[in-house]
Amino acid sequence: MSIENLILPLVGGVLIGLGAGLFMFSNGRLAGISGIVDELLGRWPARWPQSLAFIAGLPAGLLLWQLLSGRSYEITLTHNALLLIPAGLLVGFGTRLGNGCTSGHGICGLARLSPRSLLATGIFMAVAIAVVSLKQALS
Amino acid sequence: MKTSLALLSGLLFGLGLAVSGMADPKVVQGFLDVGGIWRGDWNPALAMVMIGAIPTTALLYRMAGDMPPPPSREITRRLVLGSALFGLGWGLVGICPGPALENWLADPIALTFLLPMLAGMALARLVPAGKN
Repeated sequence: MSIENLILPLVGGVLIGLGAGLFMFSNGRLAGISGIVDELLGRWPARWPQSLAFIAGLPAGLLLWQLLSGRSYEITLTHNALLLIPAGLLVGFGTRLGNGCTSGHGICGLARLSPRSLLATGIFMAVAIAVVSLKQALS
Repeated sequence: MKTSLALLSGLLFGLGLAVSGMADPKVVQGFLDVGGIWRGDWNPALAMVMIGAIPTTALLYRMAGDMPPPPSREITRRLVLGSALFGLGWGLVGICPGPALENWLADPIALTFLLPMLAGMALARLVPAGKN
């Protein structure tokens, strides 16, 4: 286990928590990302400037980390569109049907001890673990 | 003021996703691949993120006091089915909505995920709400 495996994720988690907390202090809102994006896909509500600002902050955060770390952010992602497109559709559709994603249910919901979020998080974690394990077994 | 603080909130959140490695699908899949616990190559990053994020959020929420009420308290079929479909897509490539909104900067191929994700969200609006 390297420092990158443990300390950076812990620090990153605290930063995520600070972002979620600041959004509650300043706007009285939960930092559920799928819900915030969803608002901007329909008729824009009066609070659209804040929703848009929060969403714009996300890619800015990646750019800031590139600046602070002094290296470009590298990711490893399949380039298979036959996997990416259905996965994107499922994530978009599923998070809205289930009213939350990893941030809304997994962080904000669990932080306020919501039973619905606990169930949702248990389900999406279990299914995702099953899918990855199956893929691993087949490869 | 509210808008600039919303931007700062998103910036902190997005920075956290990047710092923690959550914007990299390989790190997320390395966590979801629990067989790694026995093989010795499991990546605990996502667990560490939760350990950092949930107590921090809980503490700040407590300090903030009044919070918006949950949209619903009921366990619905929507919640169960939606979360299962999300888990399926998440497991397939290792991207969830937050990372999807920033990791296209690292590899534009991620837009092949982000755009269908937005379409999927729009599609879910067609599912009638109500007691299901």
